[in-house]
Amino acid sequence: MAMIEVSGVAKAFTLHNQGGAVIPVMQGAALTVSAGECVALTGSSGAGKSTLMRMIYGNYLAGEGRILVGGLDVARAAPREIIALRRATLGHVSQFLRVVPRVPTIDVVMEPLLRVGAGAEEARGKAEALLARLRIPERLWSLSPLTFSGGEQQRVNIARGFAHEYPALLLDEPTASLDAANRATVLSLISEAKARGAAILGIFHDEGARAAVCDREVDVSAFTPRGMAA
Amino acid sequence: MTPLLSVRGLTKRYGPRIGCADVTFDLFPGEVMGIVGESGSGKSTLLSCLAGKLPPDEGAVIFDTRGDGPRDVLKMSEPERRMLSRTDWAFVHQNPRDGLRMGVSAGGNVGERLMAVGARNYGRIRAGAADWLGRVEIAADRIDDRPTAFSGGMQQRLQIARNLVTGPRLAFMDEPTGGLDVSVQARLLDLIRSLVRELGLSAIIVTHDLAVVRLLADRLIVMKDGRVVEAGLTDQVLDDPQHGYTQLLVSSVLQV
Repeated sequence: MAMIEVSGVAKAFTLHNQGGAVIPVMQGAALTVSAGECVALTGSSGAGKSTLMRMIYGNYLAGEGRILVGGLDVARAAPREIIALRRATLGHVSQFLRVVPRVPTIDVVMEPLLRVGAGAEEARGKAEALLARLRIPERLWSLSPLTFSGGEQQRVNIARGFAHEYPALLLDEPTASLDAANRATVLSLISEAKARGAAILGIFHDEGARAAVCDREVDVSAFTPRGMAA
Repeated sequence: MTPLLSVRGLTKRYGPRIGCADVTFDLFPGEVMGIVGESGSGKSTLLSCLAGKLPPDEGAVIFDTRGDGPRDVLKMSEPERRMLSRTDWAFVHQNPRDGLRMGVSAGGNVGERLMAVGARNYGRIRAGAADWLGRVEIAADRIDDRPTAFSGGMQQRLQIARNLVTGPRLAFMDEPTGGLDVSVQARLLDLIRSLVRELGLSAIIVTHDLAVVRLLADRLIVMKDGRVVEAGLTDQVLDDPQHGYTQLLVSSVLQV
């Protein structure tokens, strides 16, 4: 069975404060990602790549359909089931770093490991190794990442996303604002995750990165509701 | 899994007006649930009813007690409920003055709670108090100072220490970071987050601050006019709100 299995997913936004306008954004979405596979979501801007990814993470509610991740139907699961899924099974590297202000970078990266019950020393060791690999200078580890540059914040986000070895991983533009050396590091992190059997679904505008790590592409334009095509 | 707290049809009326109506939810061990809504939406009434501070008119509040399993708190005797609120429950007030004894030293404020659950050895009580002051980052040399000599942020951390020293399983928090400077707020948010994780604590946090719930709560309920209009995962409710009122609430937040 595939690690991620999406079928018949539809989504519409209802804007209650703007005359109750209903905006259908997706219909008949379907895809699978197996263990050890990396699949890229493609399609023009606004086609629904992020929307689909957010539904898989449980961040947006799916209107119809099934979204199985590790056997759990995210479209119907109770909040506590999704919380448990996100803790142990489904990781997410978003483009935005959302953390408590003033918390040191090292603690931000350790947190996902502590949440799955890792010991403090083990968590610290892994976090330090990742931060070093992603070239975040050691003198910054004790500072809050909110004071960092965009590229540094993104690398902290990546370190956090790869700290625990999630069996399924969603990546939103993981190489967007990185220099060549860091981009290469992120691509090897992705390849290593695939090698240990992670199922990865990603959005990559960077075509070279897509070619380097992705096994297949799914064009989300196929899921645009009729009459909505740009 | 048995919920730690099961709330069914909880209703409180103030004469003809509704305080909160027909509130139903389950809270599981280790979960943090936020309750948001504007002033007058019934969130504080709900918290008071849950914590046994206000008798509701209808409904059940079933808590999974250590000794006897799930029991309706509203049907317990007063001494039983008091024991529960000293041992398994904690209540953190928005204003630390409501949760602290202002005329007693910091160490006394924490130690008193240990004595209330039967601790008698002075050395051990003082050591327990000192340990907790350290955990909430209050310097050891302030143990004999009264809370009146503390800043607002320190008072709030002391209130948290006083409440958590007995190892409760459920904490009720009413705007725990309200009224504090943002710089102090951040530190307190981090403290609450790590305590929840380390102690496996469940918590219900009332706030009107959507940024605070996003960082603290796993789940969220949104109240309007005493009723729950929306419930779900915190980030889902905030990023894809379904109810018109939640959409209004989320879209009204000022961006920094």
